Amino acid sequence: MPSKMIKPVMSAEEAANHVVNGSSVMVGGFNYGGVPYSLVDALVEAGTSDLELIANDTLYEGVGHGKLVQTGQVRKVIASHVGLNKSTGRLFNEGKLDLELVPQGTFVERIRAGGFGLGGILTPTGVGTVHEEGKQVIETMGKKYILELPLKADVALIRAYRADRFGNLTYFGTNRNFNPLMATAADIVIAEVDSICETGGLNPNEIVTPGILVDYLVLKGDSYYATRT
Amino acid sequence: MLPELDKDVVRNRIAKRIALDFEDGSVVNLGIGIPTLVSDYIPEDIHITFQTENGVVGAGPVPQVEDFRFIGAGGRCLSLLSNASLVASDFSFGLIRGGHLDATVLGALQVDSQGNLANWWIPGKLVPGMGGAMDLVTGARRVIIATTLLTKKGEPKILEKCSLPLTGVRVVDTVVTEYALFRVIDGELTLCEVAPGITVDDIRQNTFSGIKVLDEVGKMTESEEKQSL
Repeated sequence: MPSKMIKPVMSAEEAANHVVNGSSVMVGGFNYGGVPYSLVDALVEAGTSDLELIANDTLYEGVGHGKLVQTGQVRKVIASHVGLNKSTGRLFNEGKLDLELVPQGTFVERIRAGGFGLGGILTPTGVGTVHEEGKQVIETMGKKYILELPLKADVALIRAYRADRFGNLTYFGTNRNFNPLMATAADIVIAEVDSICETGGLNPNEIVTPGILVDYLVLKGDSYYATRT
Repeated sequence: MLPELDKDVVRNRIAKRIALDFEDGSVVNLGIGIPTLVSDYIPEDIHITFQTENGVVGAGPVPQVEDFRFIGAGGRCLSLLSNASLVASDFSFGLIRGGHLDATVLGALQVDSQGNLANWWIPGKLVPGMGGAMDLVTGARRVIIATTLLTKKGEPKILEKCSLPLTGVRVVDTVVTEYALFRVIDGELTLCEVAPGITVDDIRQNTFSGIKVLDEVGKMTESEEKQSL
């Protein structure tokens, strides 16, 4: 049982064991930016399968969680954009991958709903398109909105900048993207970071994710992408 | 007959014309592809705040030294201008959906006479996903489409009615192609400008016969000089 006051610091390999066959996994990042590369690489290495991957995109073949799709470890992808990874489209068209495409703004609000205890959100995005099929459309104040349901996961793999031992996190540049919200919407949250200091070492004014949301900390590895983001 | 144009001429002509279509002080989001080029041609006396969907408000050009902790929507590195701020994806799409953007420039697979846009899915073939496009066309005050007049196979992209799944219903304001500019006037796509050497008939033959034409069709001009941001 991990301490609630001091979060275990572990290797990416150890951390990846918290994802098991059949898990739903949120992975932070937008394109190259803010992806927990070391954690994802460890998950690829572990061969954990039958995963539901919840990520904005599926990157490129051979990069980050793009590899996870390519190796066939993923049963279902929930994402807003998969066009840069040829494997995703191919596996979907071959019937080997379940794919749920979600408008990006809806994607992130569904995660907010999941993490913040909302029963769903109403958005005008997608009204009148095939995206509204099978969903409840609600008219309020003379305008139509789609009811979009919450999104949660068993595990969230996120990328932050600095952490303290309590698990408080800061973010850097465009690496922030989906990471702070994913930290609210999973049972187990694992953060890959540049550095870890003692509790009290971060300026509370700069902390974006409170440590109460974070379970495990992993220092970023030395792979090509991990060191460049 | 439409004259054949070099690919670079096409891309830059479209970008240059769009760059002349903004008011000073506008907040603008640029999509991937031709739209990205628009920022290179903004006239010197017009100041635009560029927003990227992954979390930059106040994005600048590609820097000399690449730092992948600062990227734009297309995955290219960007610089931050002196007025820049960084936000997470939920906030970024809040800005987009919430009506805080003056314009967005996006690519298209098809646009039709009613201003409907299709740009995210070719069933059975291509499944790139909508990314942020559905939110952008829903929330931005003006939707400007940057596209070639024809597909690579020579088929019209501007149609009486879109045949592909829509990204948004009646959302398009302006369409700029290498041969002509169209605006949606009173709910109907209208030919407003033709490039030098192009006739209204050329456009009719390569769109659809019933296309609405402005009484006085203008010449599509472009700024001659490449401006820096």
